Amino acid sequence: MAETLSRPQNPREWLALVLVWGAAGLVTAVFCWLLGDIVWHGLSHVSWTFLTAPPENAGRRGGIGPILVSTSLILGVCLSVSLPIGIGTAVLLAEFTSNHSLFGRMTRRSLDVLAGVPSIVFGLFGNAFFCKTLGLGFSILSGGLTLACMVLPILIRSTEEGFRAVPTSYRLSAAALGLSRTTTLVHLLLPAAVPGLLVGLVLGVGRAIAETAALIFTSGYVDRMPESLLDSGRALSIHIFDLSMNVSGGDANAYASALVLVIMLLAINGTVSWLAIYGLHRKIVAA
Amino acid sequence: MTPVEPITGSRLRHSLEDRPTGGAPQPFVEVDRLSLYYEGKPAFQDVTLSINKGCMTALVGPSGCGKTSFLTCLNRLTDLIAGCRVSGRITIDALAVLAPDTDVIQLRRRIGMIFQKPNPFPLTIRRNLEFPLREHGIRDRGQITQTMETTLRDVGLWDEVKNRLDSPALALSGGQQQRLCIARALALLPEVLLMDEPCSALDPLSGGVVEDLIVSLRGRYTVLIVTHNLAQARRIADHAALFWVQNGAGRLIEAGTAKQIFEEPRDPLTAAYVSGMRG
Repeated sequence: MAETLSRPQNPREWLALVLVWGAAGLVTAVFCWLLGDIVWHGLSHVSWTFLTAPPENAGRRGGIGPILVSTSLILGVCLSVSLPIGIGTAVLLAEFTSNHSLFGRMTRRSLDVLAGVPSIVFGLFGNAFFCKTLGLGFSILSGGLTLACMVLPILIRSTEEGFRAVPTSYRLSAAALGLSRTTTLVHLLLPAAVPGLLVGLVLGVGRAIAETAALIFTSGYVDRMPESLLDSGRALSIHIFDLSMNVSGGDANAYASALVLVIMLLAINGTVSWLAIYGLHRKIVAA
Repeated sequence: MTPVEPITGSRLRHSLEDRPTGGAPQPFVEVDRLSLYYEGKPAFQDVTLSINKGCMTALVGPSGCGKTSFLTCLNRLTDLIAGCRVSGRITIDALAVLAPDTDVIQLRRRIGMIFQKPNPFPLTIRRNLEFPLREHGIRDRGQITQTMETTLRDVGLWDEVKNRLDSPALALSGGQQQRLCIARALALLPEVLLMDEPCSALDPLSGGVVEDLIVSLRGRYTVLIVTHNLAQARRIADHAALFWVQNGAGRLIEAGTAKQIFEEPRDPLTAAYVSGMRG
């Protein structure tokens, strides 16, 4: 059996094999090339000083200290707004709204459309609404809130899927034991739905931390250390964009910043996966 | 007589003649012209049935004749199903079950339910029993531990799990999981137990153990058990009720003592069903 699988007999099977391996190889190669390029050019510039020092000479020299702080603050604002709203909406959609009701269908359709809207549109909306209408100006708060709007559709839909993946038998047996819906939700459904939530979180954070277009119009360009959420702050992705497009001689630091961004992303994904496997195990025990 | 049922045979089981026939009937659950519709389509219609306190009543009949739906009306699990409408009247110990102001939480505490597929929560064995108790206001640790041991002994699981109460309930075998579910229901001290084919998803051996357990509950609880297994109904039930699909909806064809249903059925359908000619 293994013989026939490893050695296709006729030419069509050979062709299929080559195409499949070729496609997989191409994707992997592009990723490796990208990562390799960033590591090759960036690694020598990354140091503790680079991570903590403020940028000098428009970022050609110095580090990315204030930029890391701004990025984290923007991400923090984004998550602290989007997580509660996202989980709440997902609970409403999955547990308290029928699949066929008009409200449920309209909400899901809107979210799916929103998830596909280009980020620059979110940026313009954020600029008009948060910066101008609400008067928050170019600030970390405006940027974080705009990112929250962008991340919400992804977060809600995947958390909702998480809730839907919980077997109906949990709900029925809980109800048959006279447990209230709130208790069932908090103690049984929520822990069981966490994997879906975490998937949404990884996708959402990935989208948020790599965002450039939406932030240019909302959190701004300023690379000083922010003193409050109402200060403008430059996100890492904007810093990379600026160094590589607008600042001649900024390539080395752009590479180093990109490397830091990639490491941050990997670290966040790793932490979330770890949470999913070990953190949950204490709360909810599956066989 | 004795060596016939090596697995499921039990000293607790007595012959059809010996079982309580409800000589001085004490109706505990009374169902009056109950009908249930899913999206306007009837699942069963006009079921009138009275169930005596402490009796074991088997609901038998072919698939899709509304037996399970009937059970879910009694503890109002039907409330959870969108597009489901129930009409008629159910009284359990003078409580109007279907009245809108009935406290369903308290109702469900008094009526335990066991499902076809064992469905322990994905928690530890201990938490499975402790969690519902706590939610019903029992917070005293000593009392919880006591109840846990008593109910686990009741279902014959104590010796098997006493050293691993903190391991996942889902790691237990199917039969053990089902007995844990029964223990979980018993811990809340229900008066009525609804069982929806509790043995049918288990292998014959575990099924036999669970059946023995159900028989041991006789007299202590008012039990309604849905079963496809006629031999099982004949082995364990005091009373039996036959459901059948007529004109696209489930109907109650005949109800009576197990002896009467299995040995002197009045309705020709019942006679054909219990003799194995139909169904």
